[in-house]
Amino acid sequence: MSLTRDEVKNVADLARLDLTDDEQAAMTRQLGSILDYVAQLQRLDVAGVEPMAHALEVKNVFREDEPAPSLPVAEALANAPDHRTTPKGEHFYAVPAVQETDDDKASAEK
Amino acid sequence: MPPGVDLTGRGAADLAASLSAGDVSAEALTDQFLQVIRRREPQVRAFLHVDEADALTQARAVDAKRQRGEPLGPLAGLPVAVKDVLCTKGQPTTCGSKILKSYRPPYDAHVIERLRAADAVLIGKTNMDEFAMGSSTENSAYQVTHNPWNLERIPGGSSGGSAAAVAACEAPLALGSDTGGSIRQPAALCGVVGLKPSYGRVSRFGLVAYASSLDQVGPFAHTVADAALLLEAIAGHDRRDSTSVDRAVPAYTTTVEVPVRPLTIGVAREYFTEGLDPEIEKAVREALKVYEGLGAKVREISLPHSPYAVATYYLVATAEASSNLARYDGVHFGRRSAVRGNLIEMYKRSRGEGFGAEVKRRIMLGTYALSSGYKDAFYLRALKVRRLIRDDFDKAFAECDVVMGPTTPTAAFKIGEKADDPLAMYLSDVYTIGANLAGLAGVSVPCGFTASGLPIGLQILAAPLEEEKLLRIARMYERATDWHTRRPTLAT
Repeated sequence: MSLTRDEVKNVADLARLDLTDDEQAAMTRQLGSILDYVAQLQRLDVAGVEPMAHALEVKNVFREDEPAPSLPVAEALANAPDHRTTPKGEHFYAVPAVQETDDDKASAEK
Repeated sequence: MPPGVDLTGRGAADLAASLSAGDVSAEALTDQFLQVIRRREPQVRAFLHVDEADALTQARAVDAKRQRGEPLGPLAGLPVAVKDVLCTKGQPTTCGSKILKSYRPPYDAHVIERLRAADAVLIGKTNMDEFAMGSSTENSAYQVTHNPWNLERIPGGSSGGSAAAVAACEAPLALGSDTGGSIRQPAALCGVVGLKPSYGRVSRFGLVAYASSLDQVGPFAHTVADAALLLEAIAGHDRRDSTSVDRAVPAYTTTVEVPVRPLTIGVAREYFTEGLDPEIEKAVREALKVYEGLGAKVREISLPHSPYAVATYYLVATAEASSNLARYDGVHFGRRSAVRGNLIEMYKRSRGEGFGAEVKRRIMLGTYALSSGYKDAFYLRALKVRRLIRDDFDKAFAECDVVMGPTTPTAAFKIGEKADDPLAMYLSDVYTIGANLAGLAGVSVPCGFTASGLPIGLQILAAPLEEEKLLRIARMYERATDWHTRRPTLAT
């Protein structure tokens, strides 16, 4: 089963992965051969077979909704690449602008 | 015991007896293992992080407890190496990835809490394929680990660091994780015992997720009895993992010495087909004869869907991985790209720069298999075949106590040999993957060496939650043979 370069680019977008040109080329080739290999599953008759997502028959596990100690905010934020605390003492993860401005577009193109 | 006697080649149960008899202190023992690490790491490179001072502090705390006459845990004073995929509070936990280079977990994994409660000495974090994706440990972003039996060869993977650390006598015990064979395969290639518990037997809380329906934490050791000791300490229910099984943990260390009689062993004909190295086949057939000599009945069985296990695994595991690894977004933890851009660009660059080739490949495959228009043909079909694979095992266990065969099709291959051929690498897990898909318990025990001196592993599989029987049966072989007593010769 062959995969086109455009399909690879599309999947990389879905997966939020920046791939270099070389990586795209290698991925196109390698994913193609892996898909050829997994195509053997098409030979099996699976009519009427219940899909098995899990080795255990998993059920929802419930517990009482009781307050319990949780991770302190400072510890939860300690591994963040960027975080801010407002003068009011509110804590945030900091990220680049979510809505694109013309400035962002210009800098992204650089 | 006179001071200066080297204890590092001994098994954990043996060492525990010396510690409790007062023949050696935890501090002295830990110091001996640290010396081996210092001496051998330049060649083996099994560890990513060793904090000597911290290890000695833990050991001294155990000695102090013992002196005060306080009750001690079952692993008191025993050094344990830990795969770097398990969260250790405040200490590096990189998963072999650049993206987690500076990550310091704010909590301990459940199994780490258990080790501490058992008074073990956590001696260091071991190398692994990035995010446990690989079969050779070559996919680590940090270093290549060398097989202690032949330094030009891989130790297997993804828990290659843990297997090599035990084989090289750098630690008597280690923890790894097994998603498609990542404990049993390196155990076989490094000549040690490696056990994958049944799905749900050990809590996955704090185990960094690769494929959540397949991942399990398990022990490496020199002997089956030692593996039982470590499993007993880490197994059991944990409310923080909703798939953790709420059932009492048997006293594995007590029952392990009791042989299983009568014993029926199933041998799947599909495990002895093309691709299996004749030297491996010979060693495994001889191991079966040993069991026959012990009174076991060996019966040929069929696992007709086992040839489809690798294909099924690479769709199920990658689909789950593509979802699990979405969390590495450069926001909550881990590395963020220094390149400026909008939010989406930041995600893509952080992930593109932070992940290695194999991780990218698996995220891509999983994303593709789950994408609109392909999900039914790939992912859903794989889940159906997974059911057929499980049904095969259910039938086998209705007539056999265990299923035995080779752990790997070949002995350890050369470093670099399969680096450019992902599919060839995947096929080295052909015999181990079924147990993960079906949720079985499995162990690899040393069963011989190739003519060139590379270890060979015998794989024994048991029905879900049958660890007790599995260990007893494995121990029967160990008592009848001496492969587990061999240690590699290293220059230092």
